[in-house]
Amino acid sequence: MNDLGQNLADDRVTVRVFLNGQRQERQVAPMKRLSEALREDFGFTGVKVGCDAGDCGACTILMDGMQVCACMVPAAQADGKMLVTVEGMAADGVLSRVQQAFQRHGAAQCGACIPGMLAAATDVAARKQNPSERDVLDALGGVLCRCTGYRKIIAAVVDAGSEPQTTPPGAETAVGARLWRSDDVAKLTGVERFGADVIPDDALWLRAVRSPHAAAEFEIGDLQPLLRGHPGLSRVLTAADVPGNNGFGIYPDLKDQPVFADGLVRYRGEAVLALLGEREAVLAIDPEALPIDYRPLPPVIGLAAATAPEARQLHADRPGNLLIEADVRCGDASSALADCAHVVEGTWRTSSVEHAYIEPEAGYARRVGDRIELHVTTQTPYMDRDEVAQVMGLPPESIRIVPTACGGGFGGKLDQSVQPMVALAAWLADRPVACVYNRPESLMASTKRHPARIEARYGCDGDGRLRAMELMGTFDTGAYASWGPTVAGRVPVHASGPYRVPNVNARGRAIFTNAPPSGAFRGFGVPQCAIAHEALIDQLAEKCGLDALEFRLLNALRAGDRTPSGQELTASAGLAQCLEALRPHWQRARAEVAEHNRAHPVRRRGAGLGCMWYGCGNTGMTNPSTMRVTLSAAGRVTLYNGAVDIGQGSYTIMRQICADGLGLPIDAIEQVVGDTDLTPDAGKTSASRQTYVTGKATELAAADLRGRILRQANAARDAAISLADGILRVADGGIVHDIPLSQLPADADGVVLTGEATFDPPATPLDADGQGAPYGTYAFAAQLAVVEVDLELGTTKVLSIAAAHDVGKAINPTLVEGQIEGGIAQGLGLALMEEYLPGRTENLHDYLIPTVGDMPEIEVMLIEDPEPTGPHGAKGVGEPGLVPTAPAILAAIRQATGVAMHQVPATPDRLRAAILAAGEAS
Amino acid sequence: MSSYLRPTNLEDALHHLASVPATVIAGGTDFYPARVGRPVDEAILDISAIEELRGISTTSRHWRIGATTTWRDLLDAELPGCFDGLRAAARQVGGQQVQNVATVAGNLCNASPAADGVPPLLSLDAVVEIHGANGVRLLPLADFVLGNRRTALEGSDLLTAVLVPKAWEGARGGFLKLGARSSLVISIVMVAGTLTVDAHGSVERAALAIGACAETARRLPELEAALRGRPADGDLAGLVSPAHFQALSPIDDHRGTAAYRLDAAATLCRRLLLELASSP
Repeated sequence: MNDLGQNLADDRVTVRVFLNGQRQERQVAPMKRLSEALREDFGFTGVKVGCDAGDCGACTILMDGMQVCACMVPAAQADGKMLVTVEGMAADGVLSRVQQAFQRHGAAQCGACIPGMLAAATDVAARKQNPSERDVLDALGGVLCRCTGYRKIIAAVVDAGSEPQTTPPGAETAVGARLWRSDDVAKLTGVERFGADVIPDDALWLRAVRSPHAAAEFEIGDLQPLLRGHPGLSRVLTAADVPGNNGFGIYPDLKDQPVFADGLVRYRGEAVLALLGEREAVLAIDPEALPIDYRPLPPVIGLAAATAPEARQLHADRPGNLLIEADVRCGDASSALADCAHVVEGTWRTSSVEHAYIEPEAGYARRVGDRIELHVTTQTPYMDRDEVAQVMGLPPESIRIVPTACGGGFGGKLDQSVQPMVALAAWLADRPVACVYNRPESLMASTKRHPARIEARYGCDGDGRLRAMELMGTFDTGAYASWGPTVAGRVPVHASGPYRVPNVNARGRAIFTNAPPSGAFRGFGVPQCAIAHEALIDQLAEKCGLDALEFRLLNALRAGDRTPSGQELTASAGLAQCLEALRPHWQRARAEVAEHNRAHPVRRRGAGLGCMWYGCGNTGMTNPSTMRVTLSAAGRVTLYNGAVDIGQGSYTIMRQICADGLGLPIDAIEQVVGDTDLTPDAGKTSASRQTYVTGKATELAAADLRGRILRQANAARDAAISLADGILRVADGGIVHDIPLSQLPADADGVVLTGEATFDPPATPLDADGQGAPYGTYAFAAQLAVVEVDLELGTTKVLSIAAAHDVGKAINPTLVEGQIEGGIAQGLGLALMEEYLPGRTENLHDYLIPTVGDMPEIEVMLIEDPEPTGPHGAKGVGEPGLVPTAPAILAAIRQATGVAMHQVPATPDRLRAAILAAGEAS
Repeated sequence: MSSYLRPTNLEDALHHLASVPATVIAGGTDFYPARVGRPVDEAILDISAIEELRGISTTSRHWRIGATTTWRDLLDAELPGCFDGLRAAARQVGGQQVQNVATVAGNLCNASPAADGVPPLLSLDAVVEIHGANGVRLLPLADFVLGNRRTALEGSDLLTAVLVPKAWEGARGGFLKLGARSSLVISIVMVAGTLTVDAHGSVERAALAIGACAETARRLPELEAALRGRPADGDLAGLVSPAHFQALSPIDDHRGTAAYRLDAAATLCRRLLLELASSP
């Protein structure tokens, strides 16, 4: 460095920092993002990269005590600074007060935002003795979280000054207790390893080159000049390199999405080829300089265009661009509607919604002999295994999937992203190959929530009893099938909402367009559909002169009722209890809103309700989970848990269930998680199925092992067991048996006893009329939203949400609340701000998700109407949190403004336009 | 050719800039987001270590905001009420992580139509100080921000300070930002205003500026003229009329329609005037 500090960028500068309490110095390229320098040069991978643009705050660290986004600080500017990352917050193994508060409040879910949240929280905690909620909101406003709905994080930061509690609350049984997460310390100290954190130093880098066009034919020209011009570029992968099937997709007969497009791209963001080589070389290549000759085609955008008679057909075997349609028919809806005293109808439109998990897609693959091992962020290791196998033309056993920590999924990590590409590249190169999406790539390439057009009619008799419903739900499934069939199948089953309706004619259909593939997203079309049925329910209640809550209660599905699919609900149908729990809140909210509005003509408030039901597990098909728990000769109990924890807590609750099933303390349960070579198939983390399905398998596996243990001593079922120093003690009444486990025959792994069980929920396929028993159980919920609308600006502030959810049994109430609060945040986004527009909102400052300041007060009420087939009566909660929120918010907006919004998101400009139009019309 | 320089004094910076065309960075919060997914391969002049450019000082005629003064510095500074609008904007520029490093001057140089700093500074008649090949020149902010991502900076120019005339001492300032969520949001529309009231309680001078409704933020001279001499009370809001916004040319985009922007601009103007009229 000369006197002016001048340097070539290729040259490095010396960066001396006081980092996490230690003096460190490295030679670093001066303009390297500090986030990258901290991860790569200093080895602190607790610094997360979520956007590289200051939009998400995951990389937030403390620099001289102030929170900064490390992704926007030149490494050279850190010289001489004091830096603290998440790894430096605990001292001598003791969590900081802020970290402890996060632990107490269950503030971490997936954990990808947590390093940034902790930095922002530590900043405000150091500045203010007792920070107010306002201080906290200001301090955390620059860090996005997609899992938690922020409430537990806010509570933790406000509470960070209070006396720490260092042990979790004790409990007689693990199930039902607010135990701390099994993985919270890892998530709170930066030890947790996500997809981008496990990549070996010697990995080659893979970067997909993606189509800038929604529809185009293309040819790839001579690549030799490119390869010659970039010595670090080792090869270019195209469709021709795929040894097996160049197509993947969720359904066995719908492998329609190519790993690399073969001469035709069907959406902006589709992978055309991949560059493989040294990281810097690969990242330095300008994709626009590649010899790819695109001939754009007129894109088919939107449902109207795709279903027009002259529409260009996206797939040769799909006339009319129709992927699939599915029906539920019971009774005679059209004639019943003709006989109804009141009939209401409408059409609703919803937008494309991005999952926006804070951790972008990432992972690496390596070839191990004739096998390929993938370390990736995923919700579904076994499906990944089978998908990669058929793309590679290898047997499934040749693929091993080792899930990393998953920094949020919400359905978006159920599809293939980096997996087939890195597997192929590692196989060919015989080197580890990594791929990490940047945020724009994640937005462009990944699946979305299906945009929908819902047309529906609902009718009731003069007493307010629902009689008939018709619904046509048309879903934009984008360029490839993905989970389109699941949406089309689930929607008609849930079309009429959680109500008793004897005559239903509902259809879901999925239509191909040149949009990004629509896939799985928390609710599989049910949230879109609920917007329609809840708006109609409100209108019918008004027509009948009945209170909106009492009308719902009158019609609520209850145990003993039959659903439109003809399934009898034999138990655990708790909507009525949810509504009764909400009733006092509802009555109070109505009164408070009316009083407020008398004094405030411009900022008017409204209260609204939303209800939902949700079938847990796959629709009308088998979806078993298998769990195994072993006892070793050394006296260690190991749960082989394949239920991937994407933040919701399956690595915690399965231990709770296992502990109680064995009759051992939870600390005795060790885990091996989600590795397809080690853990049995527990299915995918989706469809609100893990607690219910895998939880039940866990309960049964634990019972199996406990039975084997008791048989060692011929002990009674209620005997107490304990483990110490390799001795199994069985206390049966007054008799104590001490069994030295080393004396039992052990297998090669040292296991002496194994319990294993499979649970497949009792579901049956649906016939052509959608009749059958599609799910083993249903979750129910009712939510109340109170909003304030600025009539002049069209802005909506959600003030509060009260959420009553029938979860059967809350295995861990803190985690259940976290799911519901996080679902509410996503429902709020769906209702008010989220809209993915290819080419327009490909970053997290144009694509908006709720920030901490957007979240209302939330009161969660847990209703436990036990499900006999579920573990301890539990059923799923992952998706139900989201489903009723948008309907409740829209109902509240309608009450506040008199305007019924038929399109979401109800952005300020749309709502203002609707208010103005209503004013002109009146 | 890429290079990096981080001088510690202005003279070195200017000397270097005169010989090597370079991208100037300070806080980096506009620089890096524009380069997601691609390497930095340009000549960089990092002015963040030049102490003399940092901080807020006063001269006989101006408040002087040095070029590397951050939004956090501004919020921590003791400034009179006429800066209340700029301070309100400072609290809404990104999150606190951005406010802690991003500079007021950088916000002007980036010249986004939605730059939060421009309307308040326009309503304060701010002037920018530029060191160039021919010495130092002062330029009114309105003549500095020329268009979307376009400024009057040329060649080896370096913006070294933002000057706010002391003529506004004793004035009231305000700022209202409209976005589609509570924080970390690009403005749909924003309004800033500065108002002085005479001994009789009438508006002596008023300056209002609208952002995100044209390629650059704009003052509203007709409205300002209409306000002058009027009693500084709630009736000021009633003077706002659509005619005052005819010079604006908002666009339709995913954040809002042009019609909505104009409508919201008028609403925000009325509210800001009510706020300014009622403040002490």
